[in-house]
Amino acid sequence: MSHDGPLGEFGPLSLHVPEPAVRHGGEPDFSNVNIPEAGSVRRPDVDSNPEDFRDLAFSIIRVLSRDGEAVGPWAGLLNDEQLIEGLRHMMTLRTFDARMQIAQRQGKTSFYMQHLGEEAVSCAFRKALSPGDMNFPTYRQAGLLIADDYPMVEMMCQIYSNERDPLKGRQLPIMYSSKEHGFFSISGNLATQYIQAVGWAMASAIKNDTKIAAGWIGDGSTAESDFHASLVFASTYKAPVVLNIVNNQWAISTFQGIARGGSGTFAARGLGFGIPALRVDGNDYLAVYAVAKWAIERARRNLGPTLVEYVTYRVGAHSTSDDPSAYRPKTESDAWPLGDPIVRLKNHLIGRGVWSEERHKQTEAEILDSVIAAQKEAEGHGTLHAGGKPSARDMFEGVYETMPPHLRRQRQEAGV
Amino acid sequence: MARKTMIEAIRDAMDIMMERDGDVVVFGEDVGFFGGVFRCTQGLQAKYGKTRCFDAPISEAGIVGAAIGMAAYGLKPCVEIQFADYVYPAYDQIVSEAARLRYRSNGGFTCPIVVRMPTGGGIFGGQTHSQSPEALFTHVSGLKVVVPSNPHDAKGLLIAAIEDPDPVIFLEPKRLYNGPFDGHHDRPVTPWSKHDLGEVPDGHYTVPLGKAIKRREGKQLTILAYGTMVYVAEAAAEEHGIDAEIIDLRTLLPLDLETIVESVSKTGRCVIVHEATLTSGFGAELAALVQEHCFYKLEAPVARVTGWDTPYPHAQEWDYFPGPARVGRALAEALEG
Ligand SMILES: Cc1ncc(C[n+]2csc(CCOP(=O)(O)OP(=O)(O)O)c2C)c(N)n1
Ligand SMILES: [Mg+2]
Repeated sequence: MSHDGPLGEFGPLSLHVPEPAVRHGGEPDFSNVNIPEAGSVRRPDVDSNPEDFRDLAFSIIRVLSRDGEAVGPWAGLLNDEQLIEGLRHMMTLRTFDARMQIAQRQGKTSFYMQHLGEEAVSCAFRKALSPGDMNFPTYRQAGLLIADDYPMVEMMCQIYSNERDPLKGRQLPIMYSSKEHGFFSISGNLATQYIQAVGWAMASAIKNDTKIAAGWIGDGSTAESDFHASLVFASTYKAPVVLNIVNNQWAISTFQGIARGGSGTFAARGLGFGIPALRVDGNDYLAVYAVAKWAIERARRNLGPTLVEYVTYRVGAHSTSDDPSAYRPKTESDAWPLGDPIVRLKNHLIGRGVWSEERHKQTEAEILDSVIAAQKEAEGHGTLHAGGKPSARDMFEGVYETMPPHLRRQRQEAGV
Repeated sequence: MARKTMIEAIRDAMDIMMERDGDVVVFGEDVGFFGGVFRCTQGLQAKYGKTRCFDAPISEAGIVGAAIGMAAYGLKPCVEIQFADYVYPAYDQIVSEAARLRYRSNGGFTCPIVVRMPTGGGIFGGQTHSQSPEALFTHVSGLKVVVPSNPHDAKGLLIAAIEDPDPVIFLEPKRLYNGPFDGHHDRPVTPWSKHDLGEVPDGHYTVPLGKAIKRREGKQLTILAYGTMVYVAEAAAEEHGIDAEIIDLRTLLPLDLETIVESVSKTGRCVIVHEATLTSGFGAELAALVQEHCFYKLEAPVARVTGWDTPYPHAQEWDYFPGPARVGRALAEALEG
């Protein structure tokens, strides 16, 4: 088609399409990621005026220093025992992921998604919540279950879609659901559940309850309209909700700049809605815990929503259907400036004098044993294509509370 | 002429149209640099630049809404929704906007967009990678709905869709991307390189929208199918020794009623198969039309074989999918009736 715009003094227009700093084949480059010193970002009082700490949406709250020391105003919340427990949770999640990744390759299930490099986010956040609070997670927060001692066997039975699968084989692997553990059923459709978290929190406020909700979303998914609806509702009704954005730099092959656009950070999205926003080092267990605690207290004190951006990196592939070597440098994760959450907490504990390389190795072995034991037990109940299966009858159940006649007829026709 | 997979054929169609027409733009989630999760747009950004083929933010409403705006300017956007199961955020843009733009502006504005999306099950994708939502679009006045079943048609239909002056929903049965899957999930699929319909002519050609095709001539009964179910129907008829006439609808809207009526009038029996759920599925529309136009020729009730009226399950995929055994039983019953 022809260009027939007015002859202007500014010349023709051109479309801006953002690009990541490097692609596969290039040298990884994170020089554009501005990382403040650990301990350098201030900690406002929970009830202070959000107008006074807008700058925190552009910084990164960090506790663990390069030398593994816990420093600054956000440090000092967790004792040795709690930190060791946190380390164990992250190690368990990583081992669990590694085993399930292999199980998928062996054909024992159809699909898997791992957390590699992002373990601190969901593991630490869970420990800051109270019983009764509700998460509306994405597929990359299984740490919420692990850190709440949800049985690994149950998780694996769900992954294998076997006869003991609590979801009866209906749902895609890893799309867990557990009301008892404050883990809302994962949908798989991105961003839909962020606004539901806000609604759940509003309900708690309507009923003068004390529970709060947490919404979860990935960097890429913040582009969905549901994300923006969530911020409006949360802001308007000052809902007791923590709105988490896990910025792991990638949305499948798409770098975070495509969803972020011209806004400096994802956290900054909150400011336009009048929602206080914090940015935190997502690979720092102590920092994640401290910021989660702060935001949760704010919600619990009826001060309203907080938006939290966790700055982290997706070390693994998006899922077992993805191969990132086609779109980003293979060594990019080694160059990621915020390091590895497990290594960092381990070094901190060694520095504190309560941990050692030897104990770490020993713990690794113990965890591997327990994951393998759980796996054996789960596999005893079947895997996707072998052994015990949920029945075809289960497929017809649970569409409604009471099966309507047309479905009963169809079930009969299916002969199950 | 070369043998191509359906993915390659679809890519070829976009490539040819981008080459011929500078107004054709292609975008969607992971579509630009990477070339789409099914690789349908691979190489297009490198060839045509990142302002003609690019990554979109994860916002289906945004993707379709932006496409409508571009079309209103005069471009011809061909956008990808990563899976049909994720099209719902865009539903308002499609139903309330794209479909009605020409009508409500009395042609002042039009909407020549194509919305491509992989559809259908068979890959253990559970409820979010398996759905067949075609009836949600055929119910909307102002849309055209296309479901190709092979590389040859996929290329010709996609070119026709891009050239069409109105919005086209282009549903790609993902289980057919690499070969004509016939529902026998325990056997390897013949690749398109070994199938006649994998023959894809070079260059520009169209398969017109609104034209069905007889995949098999037969006397005993008529099977109406589209997408993956064409091959399931073929397998079922063959295994049951039934001389079926199989019609591949290719375009659901506008529908080639003539071919359907001609066939059913000849055979007197009609079985409709689709993967989508039964209730208010496209089969209901087909059954009603066959009844209206062929009532006095019918020797048996029109039958439907479809997915059950449940969400698409994960583990029970093959209990859900209307495979050759179920279709075969319905064919046998239709002959008795
Ligand atoms: C509505 C919808 N659109 C598209 C998809 C396909 N999809 C699944 S994950 C994903 C990328 C999400 O990236 P991000 O939000 O950054 O989360 P991450 O995977 O990095 O944790 C896409 C596009 C989907 N599941 N739902
Ligand atoms: Mg991401």
